[in-house]
Amino acid sequence: MKFAIQINEGPFTHQSADTAYQFTKAAIENGHEIFRVFFYHDGVNNGTMYGVPPQDDRNVQALWSDLAEKHDLDLVVCVAAAQRRGIMDEDEAKRHGKGASNIAPKFRISGLGQLIEAGIQADRLMVFGD
Amino acid sequence: MSTLHTVNKSPFEKNSLDTCLLLIKNDSTVLLIEDGVAGALQNTTASQSIADAMSEGVKFAVLGEDLNARGLPADRVINGISVVDYAGFVQLAADHDNVQSWL
Repeated sequence: MKFAIQINEGPFTHQSADTAYQFTKAAIENGHEIFRVFFYHDGVNNGTMYGVPPQDDRNVQALWSDLAEKHDLDLVVCVAAAQRRGIMDEDEAKRHGKGASNIAPKFRISGLGQLIEAGIQADRLMVFGD
Repeated sequence: MSTLHTVNKSPFEKNSLDTCLLLIKNDSTVLLIEDGVAGALQNTTASQSIADAMSEGVKFAVLGEDLNARGLPADRVINGISVVDYAGFVQLAADHDNVQSWL
């Protein structure tokens, strides 16, 4: 079965960022396909590579980047939500006159159309948030 | 058409479980996750509404990992609520036609 995942919450708000990750991992382990993971609202905060949590804390961004590397996941960050919160790739940083990009490995920035497409293409859209 | 409803808030903090139970159809399932797992315990103010929904055919499940994370023992879960792991969560999502997250 094809799942699409929507995450509306950052890694240090409540638990949904973790729940979404654990669900996605379990879905892959049980033979399902992840069509796309869409990070929306505060969920875009999962996609910055400049977070440095203490070593005994989980690093949700690194977990996603690793999982995406292993299983070729499509991790999409909403562009409008990302702009508001200072999440940028090279192009965005240049366009807005910022010094550097901070988008984490395997994440990409795109628009809301990607969420709509995921909702249409996937069998189930799972929403995680607060 | 069956729906899996996920509730991630404690019924002692927010009214999302009540709202969910108000609208749910009887071929559907409620999965309690995150702080929502508190609602799965026996003899609370939420127990009666769960019992009422069960008697109308609504099924209930609770995420075991989130019970454990909060030190809530599975043997205090209301009879008839099944304890599932993340693989069970995935299976529930696949088994129902739709998923509704009550956030």
